[in-house]
Amino acid sequence: MMPAGLPFLFYAGAIGLLVIGISGIVLSRNLFRIILALALAEAGANLLLVLAGWHWGGSAPILGQGKALETMVDPVPQALVLTAIVIGVGIQALALALAVRAYRAYGTLDMRRLRNRMNRDIAAAAGIPAESSRDAPAGGRPTPPVPAAHRSGGGRA
Amino acid sequence: MRNLASLLFAGGLAFLLMAIAALLPFGHPPVLAGGAILEQAADQVGAANIVTAVVLGYRGLDTLGEITILFAAAAGLGLVLGRRRAGAPRDPDAGPVLRTGAALMFPLLVLVGFHIILHGHLTPGGGFQGGVILAAAFFLPLLARPGTPVDHPGLSLVEGTAGAVFIVTGLVALLTGGEFLQPLLGTGTLGTLFSAGTLPILYLALGLKVGAELAGLLARLADAETDT
Amino acid sequence: MIWLVSVIVVLMLGAALAVLLLRNPVGAVAAASVVSLALSVLFVLLRAPDVAMTEAAVGGGLGSLILALSLRRLGLWRVEGDRAEQERDDA
Repeated sequence: MMPAGLPFLFYAGAIGLLVIGISGIVLSRNLFRIILALALAEAGANLLLVLAGWHWGGSAPILGQGKALETMVDPVPQALVLTAIVIGVGIQALALALAVRAYRAYGTLDMRRLRNRMNRDIAAAAGIPAESSRDAPAGGRPTPPVPAAHRSGGGRA
Repeated sequence: MRNLASLLFAGGLAFLLMAIAALLPFGHPPVLAGGAILEQAADQVGAANIVTAVVLGYRGLDTLGEITILFAAAAGLGLVLGRRRAGAPRDPDAGPVLRTGAALMFPLLVLVGFHIILHGHLTPGGGFQGGVILAAAFFLPLLARPGTPVDHPGLSLVEGTAGAVFIVTGLVALLTGGEFLQPLLGTGTLGTLFSAGTLPILYLALGLKVGAELAGLLARLADAETDT
Repeated sequence: MIWLVSVIVVLMLGAALAVLLLRNPVGAVAAASVVSLALSVLFVLLRAPDVAMTEAAVGGGLGSLILALSLRRLGLWRVEGDRAEQERDDA
């Protein structure tokens, strides 16, 4: 019998990796850092999957002389994770290539600056004045049309 | 505010996952499909490594879809990065240590890569791991001498042929009255190199395809122009 | 075994935090590689040698190589993260 702290440790590792990765994705502003965090979250999910197939005192699922089938761990999650890791690195490469292209076009990897510059380009292409900020007071610029249902105090006639 | 919401979300996710994990009988999973596979794999597929039997025998179609995704990712990377201009500056050659080391390591890495691929049905390893090692072996000369020309058409040829061999092996199984990608040629003696029917052929095709794809991907990434 | 696992899990989570907190992108890539290698040791302990090999070769090797190459393309490949050292070099 293994010590009882072991499941907690494995789960803490897997879920910790997943949560660190997701926090990195939502908190980070740098595209490159977001891709790294995505890889971390992926690794945590993979560990969680392999954990699902593991049991106490199990042996690797490789047939040999006198190895009992009952003690082998579940091979199906392992096969799933095997393909997931390889797909993960392919996705990572594609995301990095897109980030390189975005950097070439806009000269930054910072999400906010990237968004501002893209908005400016879109506004220039559409021939309308660029907004200085989304949160700025409307001031002179025209307000968007109000839907008919909300025009008279929002009440239904 | 957004950061606070994100942190709350991450904390909630951790709590939820922990709660689910606490409900599961850790260490005593209900091995239903896995148990059946463990019992029947030796007779049905004949591969000593049951993970290989699952990857190529029971879930061969899944693996075919997976290499298709990898192909799409590599092709997309080539499209996005584009070709380099003819006169673009290149990095200088590496020092003598890296150049000599690359020349020494290349045959060893190729040998290890093919060994891992061909023994994928007996020991841990297989097409993916061996393919990655092959890709690393073919990337080493490029790392030592960035000016080395890369034979992209040749890589595409290897990749396409390997993919075709994988699919044709599956179709042959279909024509002989079995399921798509069902292992053929009998199971052989468990634990010998020539066992598990067509699984070693499939894994060799898979390894060459993955290796050629990843080598091309690395070469494109290393070859793209730097503009700082 | 529990000591080994706790050391590796702490190393892995510490490296994962370092990936997000290190300011130098080259250091972040190196930390990501450490996460992958620690994870592959955990896979070995979980009796998944195939997955451990894949994680070590693909996550630790190829993934870090791809990250490093794209850092090179982004012009962020600066090993000298120390600002004082960099200023001294510039002067």
